[in-house]
Amino acid sequence: MPLIINMKDNIITLAHGSGARLTQKLISSVFASTFQMEELSDSFRIEPGLVVTTDAHVIKPIFFPGGNIGKLAVTGTVNDVAVSGAVPAYLLAAFIIEEGFPISDLQKIVTSMQHAAQEAGVKIIAGDTKVVEKHNAEGIYITTTGIGYLPDDIHLSTQMIKPDDQIIVNNYIGDHTIAIINSRDQLGLQPPPLSDCAPLNHLIQAMLKASKVHFIRDATRGGVATILNEVYDDCGLGIIIDESTLPIRNSTLAVSELLGMEPLYMANEGVIVSFVPAQYYDLLSVMGASKYGENSAIIGKVTNEVKGVYLKTPLGSLRPLPMLNADPLPRIC
Amino acid sequence: MLNKMFQNNDLVHKLLNRIARYKEDIRIMEVCGSHTMAIGKWALRKLLPPNIHLISGPGCPVCVTPPSIIDSLINLRSVTIATFGDMLRLPGNNGTLEDARAAGLDVRIVYSPLDALKLAKKNETIFIGIGFETTIPGIAHTITLAHKQNLSRFSVLPAFKIIPPALKALLNSTEVNIDGFILPGNVSAIIGSNAYEFLPREFDLGGVVTGFEPIDILSAINMLIDQQQNNSPKIENEYQRVVSPAGNINAQQAINQVLQVQDSWWRGLGYIPASGLGIRDEFRQFDAIHKYNLDISDQQPDTGCQCGDVLKGIITPPQCPLFDHTCTPANPIGPCMVSSEGSCAAYYKYER
Repeated sequence: MPLIINMKDNIITLAHGSGARLTQKLISSVFASTFQMEELSDSFRIEPGLVVTTDAHVIKPIFFPGGNIGKLAVTGTVNDVAVSGAVPAYLLAAFIIEEGFPISDLQKIVTSMQHAAQEAGVKIIAGDTKVVEKHNAEGIYITTTGIGYLPDDIHLSTQMIKPDDQIIVNNYIGDHTIAIINSRDQLGLQPPPLSDCAPLNHLIQAMLKASKVHFIRDATRGGVATILNEVYDDCGLGIIIDESTLPIRNSTLAVSELLGMEPLYMANEGVIVSFVPAQYYDLLSVMGASKYGENSAIIGKVTNEVKGVYLKTPLGSLRPLPMLNADPLPRIC
Repeated sequence: MLNKMFQNNDLVHKLLNRIARYKEDIRIMEVCGSHTMAIGKWALRKLLPPNIHLISGPGCPVCVTPPSIIDSLINLRSVTIATFGDMLRLPGNNGTLEDARAAGLDVRIVYSPLDALKLAKKNETIFIGIGFETTIPGIAHTITLAHKQNLSRFSVLPAFKIIPPALKALLNSTEVNIDGFILPGNVSAIIGSNAYEFLPREFDLGGVVTGFEPIDILSAINMLIDQQQNNSPKIENEYQRVVSPAGNINAQQAINQVLQVQDSWWRGLGYIPASGLGIRDEFRQFDAIHKYNLDISDQQPDTGCQCGDVLKGIITPPQCPLFDHTCTPANPIGPCMVSSEGSCAAYYKYER
């Protein structure tokens, strides 16, 4: 057999940062094995009652309809803490800024961070700033670390998930990705779609107060479908999603059809996927009362009927909804 | 929305019931990759009886682009490569454009060739001209614009393919076993349904031009069954809301003004006479092959990949020994695994 040179194994490509299968592979083969981490998690309980998490934020464009990199850096980390069941309390922020970046833009970003932190009820307590030479970074990158308190009686884990659990999302799927693509690639959609970027900790706390919840995850990189696959990988229980119940805007469907991308794989910044015992049917009204839960919907269930993650099409047929290896690419014609 | 009407569940099941009355084996090739994806997306194979065999044809433009197109570009520097997104992971003999980008090649994903024209106002830019009749008119038009604006930094690497000669080549191969075709919707909007009249005339085979919703595809299957039962192969047009018999004359003229028919190499299928389009001499300054002296002579690597047989409908993807073993979307050996429209990728994603 002739040699097929596969450079993917030797150098980092963008696919390694997509949040999909190749990211997992990189984390397990390089980081987790070297750091002797037991699980591939982005948050950790350092002692009973105390959770830390960290997240690096890079986004193009830096300012987009519905937010900017600063708001994202706060809400992303707040949400990472909150989905563990903890109450986020403090954030630390580190900035890498490109030489020549306007201070007025930096001020706008930092002001948004403060607004988002106030809304979430967290304090930004410390940070770091580094400036790199022109062209050695693109504008600004922000890393935030979050600290939260986890109540004794909250145990969210994929191991808690049971057959017949209902799967609930709180918001339209795909809005963030459509907003970013439209803004970055100048698709010219009018009115410009808004990112769903929002702190979800109050919504999550309201859910935990009203109902037993088995597991929550924010559907960022890789989208809802990737979360569902990670859950299946962890707990081994099958999942069937009902396509006709998915909250997706018509405009999102139209754009995704045009670009050949599926909303279920699109990154969100204000969407959580929750696994809730079936008897808590009134949780939707609790979620609906929250600003970020008005479009909540039950999208599927956990089941022993299938192995893997499946989508029931509106025609009643089942198709697999696998984890992707890398970001979906917009396709020709 | 109009497309919702063509997803009507009652009508879908009426069509399925009608299809179920037919008990003979029938082998239908969907030529177009977007049909392959739609069949997967709606899991139509799960709804159809086992005697209805749907075979995926050569209609994915990325899949049939030969490795030499990638090979010719990956060592270029100080030039921007503008491309549709799904070319990024197409394997060449020495890696993909995505790999080359990580190693320093300036590769930009664009949604339209006009975006490449904008890039060419600043940098030397090569747009990778792939696609079938659907995509080609826009690229041809872009070349005329570059000509008018005298944009010397813009060029196109022509790797265009046209569908009817490929179908002819396929049918001239003795190995193919097909009873009828689901013909492309978008391509036919440009070339018209008349372009397939050679199928009944020369090969005694019928075909239905159809759209991409479940009712379109199931209607086409029903029409092909009727043709089979009445032994009356012909070209029918289910997609009259978009496709006319003569097609889009303006788009055809835009193509002919800039491009001319030439022989072409198809990945997996090999050399097919008069199946591609090159840039006419009048527009030669925009031909990247000429401008950068690119070598696109083709050498097919022997990887054991059976993409050619998949494209011809001789085997289904799981019958290839590499499928889901050494060849996966993360490490695609053949082009059919790369593109979201590729037969193997569609099988991997929807049918395993």
